[in-house]
Amino acid sequence: MFQILDKQDLAPSIKQFVIDAPLVAQKAQPGQFIILRIKEGGERIPLTIADYDAKQGTVTVVFQEVGKTTLELGTLKTGDYLADFVGPLGEGVKFKNHKKVLGIGGGLGVAPLYPKLKILHQQGAYVESIIGAKTADLLIMEQQIKAVSNKTHICTDDGTKGRHGFVTVVLKELLEQGEKYDEIIIIGPPILMKIAAEITKPYGIPTMVSLNPIMVDGTGMCGGCRVTVGGETKFACVDGPAFDGHKVDFDELMKRLQTYKTEETTALHKHKGGNCKCHQQ
Amino acid sequence: MPSTINRSKTKTPMPAQDPKKRSKNFGEVALGYTQEDAINEARRCLNCKKPTCMQGCPVQVQIPQFIKHIAQQNFQKAINTIKQTNSLPAICGRVCPQEEQCEQKCILTKMGDPVAIGRLERFAADWEREQGIKTPEQTPSVGKKVAIIGSGPAGLTCAGDLAKIGYEVTVFEAFHDPGGVLIYGIPEFRLPKQIVKQEVDFIKQLGAKVKTNMVMGKILTIDDLFKKGYDAIFIGTGAGLPKFMNIPGENHLGVYSANEFLTRINLMKAYNFPETDTPVKVGKKVAVIGGGNVAMDSARCALRMGAEEVYIIYRRSEQEMPARKEEAEHAKEEGIIFNFLTNPTRIIGDENGWVKGIECIKMQLGEPDASGRRRPVPIEGSEYILDMDTVVIAIGTGPNPLLPKATSGLQLNKYGYIDTDENGKTSKEGVWAGGDIVTGSATVILAMGAGKKAAQSIHEYLQNK
Ligand SMILES: Cc1cc2nc3c(=O)[nH]c(=O)nc-3n(C[C@H](O)[C@H](O)[C@H](O)COP(=O)(O)OP(=O)(O)OC[C@H]3O[C@@H](n4cnc5c(N)ncnc54)[C@H](O)[C@@H]3O)c2cc1C
Ligand SMILES: Cc1cc2nc3c(=O)[nH]c(=O)nc-3n(C[C@H](O)[C@H](O)[C@H](O)COP(=O)(O)OP(=O)(O)OC[C@H]3O[C@@H](n4cnc5c(N)ncnc54)[C@H](O)[C@@H]3O)c2cc1C
Ligand code: SF4
Ligand code: SF4
Ligand code: FES
Repeated sequence: MFQILDKQDLAPSIKQFVIDAPLVAQKAQPGQFIILRIKEGGERIPLTIADYDAKQGTVTVVFQEVGKTTLELGTLKTGDYLADFVGPLGEGVKFKNHKKVLGIGGGLGVAPLYPKLKILHQQGAYVESIIGAKTADLLIMEQQIKAVSNKTHICTDDGTKGRHGFVTVVLKELLEQGEKYDEIIIIGPPILMKIAAEITKPYGIPTMVSLNPIMVDGTGMCGGCRVTVGGETKFACVDGPAFDGHKVDFDELMKRLQTYKTEETTALHKHKGGNCKCHQQ
Repeated sequence: MPSTINRSKTKTPMPAQDPKKRSKNFGEVALGYTQEDAINEARRCLNCKKPTCMQGCPVQVQIPQFIKHIAQQNFQKAINTIKQTNSLPAICGRVCPQEEQCEQKCILTKMGDPVAIGRLERFAADWEREQGIKTPEQTPSVGKKVAIIGSGPAGLTCAGDLAKIGYEVTVFEAFHDPGGVLIYGIPEFRLPKQIVKQEVDFIKQLGAKVKTNMVMGKILTIDDLFKKGYDAIFIGTGAGLPKFMNIPGENHLGVYSANEFLTRINLMKAYNFPETDTPVKVGKKVAVIGGGNVAMDSARCALRMGAEEVYIIYRRSEQEMPARKEEAEHAKEEGIIFNFLTNPTRIIGDENGWVKGIECIKMQLGEPDASGRRRPVPIEGSEYILDMDTVVIAIGTGPNPLLPKATSGLQLNKYGYIDTDENGKTSKEGVWAGGDIVTGSATVILAMGAGKKAAQSIHEYLQNK
């Protein structure tokens, strides 16, 4: 059993847990994730390691309530326990001597972006960041990102904070102004990563994305998380989740994420009390 | 009581759930012998002086002895005899491919059916369970620690044998439940999970600790274990890497590896969705590609999940099919449709990426290949399309590289399996391996045998250390 040592509401429907998991904390690297199960009979869901502290033996995760399991997770409180917490999974990302990088986080993607920028910052790179959300309320981890960035751009889709528009608008401007980066890291919804990677491609700047296909085991055993990268099949849980954004088949990823749409709705409605009949034909 | 010989040429039939009924539920298919059935069948055994049957058993169960005890209604003695060499009889009696092992070598095959050794073994084990298994005594610690990686039959057997001697054993398992393929692969209707759980509990009562959620190589490496004071390590991580066919359309929605399909259903209990949270998609028409036990299990699971038509698509003919005969027969009784000498060439998707069909080519058998089986060759121009909603690929597995990659000094063969000597010793000091991670996908009993041998070898090593 794994105890929740601290819970924070970062935004409406976005929550942060600090979990007591000393062995995971000792091995965690930026870019890795965990898989948790709330209880017996629950689903195994992957969440990125948003921060970790080997000394304290803690791992931080940030999640958005989007369906049955994440909603149920959101009801847990400080002091509660998770049945299972497996990790660290996936390949950690390693950066060579980067001098200048740009990190882009959209929506919840800001959370997994943070540990990567943190390590780059510690390595002495010049870190520039663009973070965005639908609306000001949903913008998360602004202080943490600013603490590890030399320069931070903020965007909201509705203009309630920072620039009015998508993070890609700022990205385009920076590149058009002639800014050069050793690498650009983009994490967010697949559609955002797809568009942003298309923008960076003509500039020939290495572009890293982090993929979120549906997973079961997270150890390369089921193949459910397969994605096409540069024409080859990769298992995101062991070969990734970080990949070269210029090579990923995002359309396939977006389609595959729809696999359980009907079942997800069924589960959600059952969770909410099952009075609503809208998902039944 | 004198045991008169039963001269019947056929096995005492196994009571089973009606095929129509069972194809809709996950309850056990074969119901097990009654005491009367068991005694009746046991009386067919000739108690041969030189029992050829034993040569077919990888762990040399004392077959004539245990069968004699059953014939004499001494069930406790029967199970004690079996357990001298086989620590998981309730499992082996159910899933051993007996027709290629003990029963194939039974002298009675010259006249008719062999003695139903597997069914009798299962009977004895089930009888004992019904009496309530006595909690075993824990052996006092000999003060040395052994780590077992993976909790499949290889790991569990090795753990049990070492715990009995008094080693402090810890089993590290990646999943949240121990048991390996017995838990996530072989379905409930063939091997009730309660039985696996009891075997794991038994090993815990012997003193072994089981730590789940431990993906070794990630959370701890083998060198970390040595640093933590373990004196020896056994790797029994299985062959869990799914193979795909590399044909167009394999990433369409509704295409599963058998590993994923079976894990969702068995480990994650998708058959109880939405009571449990993990779903699986099973359409009306399902194609399962492959001809082994894994393919049979996938097809029969699909049927139980509500599919209307389930096809097995296998590129060779029925004779070459590697599945256990009993399982293929059960599958047929349940209405699974077999397309032999057929190979998929392409999976066809609709505009949203969902599977809608599978293109196959007819095959014929040519010259024998390296395995001695006649090689299937495509018949040019014989392609045809079958409408499908779900496709499950069950064409085999390979070694998962996760742990080997994280371990220095561990020699692998060219396919990525771990190299060992005949006792399971690897190239790395203090490290043994056994089961599917050494041999490639094999059987439960072979994995157990490997775990046993390794335990013996580890014991010898640690005694002299
Ligand atoms: C490597 C990785 C890292 C991730 N990191 C984070 C994170 O840090 N924070 C966060 O909020 N979310 C993260 N996700 C996504 C998160 O796992 C899903 O939001 C969660 O599983 C949804 O479960 P649900 O029951 O609440 O919703 P559901 O109703 O089941 O699904 C809602 C959405 O989540 C996706 N999803 C469903 N089941 C899974 C699954 N088992 N694995 C992956 N995606 C699934 C579906 O495609 C769907 O779009 C990550 C996913 C991956 C693969
Ligand atoms: C669907 C199916 C049906 C089968 N039917 C039969 C049958 O009828 N009869 C028969 O004799 N055989 C059958 N087999 C084969 C048999 O199950 C295997 O040969 C046997 O289970 C191999 O045992 P093992 O202990 O080597 O590995 P496994 O049973 O594969 O167990 C390996 C364990 O190690 C764990 N693991 C892997 N990597 C790590 C890691 N890095 N850290 C920690 N843990 C790890 C896995 O999660 C797993 O629990 C079947 C196999 C399948 C898949
Ligand atoms: S362990 Fe398997 S092979 Fe050996 S006697 Fe029992 S059923 Fe037969
Ligand atoms: S070979 Fe057959 S008849 Fe002879 S002892 Fe073995 S099981 Fe009995
Ligand atoms: S989640 Fe199963 S292989 Fe990646």
